[in-house]
Amino acid sequence: MKFIKELTKGLIKENPIFVIVLGMCPTLAVTTSVINALGMGFAATFVLICSNAIISLIKDITPSKIRIPVYVVVIAAFVSVVDMVMAAYVPALHKSLGLFIPLIVVNCIILGRAEAFASKNNVIMSIADGLGMGLGFTLSLSLVATIREIIGAGTWLGMRVTPLTYDPALIAILAPGAFITLGLLMALMNMLKEKK
Amino acid sequence: MGYLGQIFVMAMTAIFIQNFVLARFLGLCPYLGVSKKLDSALGMGLAVIFVMTLASAFTYLINKYLLIRYDLVYLQTITFILTIAALVQFVEMVIQKNAPALYNSLGVFLPLITTNCAVLGVAILNTTAFRPDGITAYTFLDSVLNGFFSGVGFTVVLLAMAGIRMRLEKAELPKSMQGMPIALILAGIMALAFYGFMGWKI
Repeated sequence: MKFIKELTKGLIKENPIFVIVLGMCPTLAVTTSVINALGMGFAATFVLICSNAIISLIKDITPSKIRIPVYVVVIAAFVSVVDMVMAAYVPALHKSLGLFIPLIVVNCIILGRAEAFASKNNVIMSIADGLGMGLGFTLSLSLVATIREIIGAGTWLGMRVTPLTYDPALIAILAPGAFITLGLLMALMNMLKEKK
Repeated sequence: MGYLGQIFVMAMTAIFIQNFVLARFLGLCPYLGVSKKLDSALGMGLAVIFVMTLASAFTYLINKYLLIRYDLVYLQTITFILTIAALVQFVEMVIQKNAPALYNSLGVFLPLITTNCAVLGVAILNTTAFRPDGITAYTFLDSVLNGFFSGVGFTVVLLAMAGIRMRLEKAELPKSMQGMPIALILAGIMALAFYGFMGWKI
């Protein structure tokens, strides 16, 4: 029962992007298309699950003074794995995500979960937490990317979804569009929360 | 173009055309988190300039004389982040000792420079970057200067943002727009303004 709770809290109640507001850089940078968002989301989810599991296993033997450097090394190791695997099997996606794959290391969500959850809970719960948070992150990225891709390019996952007469507003997939889309989405979330 | 000219182009590119925050999306957490007050924004900006310059220097040397020489480039991410973490710890100790007031106002954000993606970002970008002529790879001096200018670019937009947000506190906003949403929309408008620099031929 508790497992399910840890798994689902990341989706809405403690959504890493809209509620905790962590990991803004990849959220804004890679949401130009849905495929990029999914790639980034799954890469981060993998790192999150693995690092949560390892950190939870070594929590009793890690001296608390140097725990942050230890966590960072664990995370960096898994990020390097993801980086190399993606370069080998999905080179096109790897190229379009570019710099933001090594930068998963400094994604605050991952270190945040390690510090706030995995260092205090057992392995099974930590994996559930990592999976839930990762999926919540992927879901939010896809939501932002869906809006931006449809408005900015008229496509979704590369397929055309708007009528041919629609002239895509390029601004949505450029940098300013990222900020404005996310800002409006957050305002909408706040409004819905107030109504409740 | 002489070397000074190239440095000028590098500076303008890092500060305005390819601004770290608004065009490359790096270092957004401090940009949105520490931009509520002008003086703490200035402190954060200076700390970031300092750390980015130092980090560029150290990571350049480590990359060239350790990783490339011994064919260990796949360890780049791990080595760079450890170097930066150690540097930040050092800067933190120095500021804590010599400027306690600044230390208090920066609060939790100083340790967070480690997870500021702008610092790791500039270190990684330096390893693959070219001078404005497009042929020469960055030398040691180029990397250090690029780190410095990128930090300046970050500070410029951070200060502008803090100035606007301080005035915004007096504005009457709908409740759901307060805080993060309006900050993001502001950032969007600033990014739009910075897009004007893109057509700038130098």
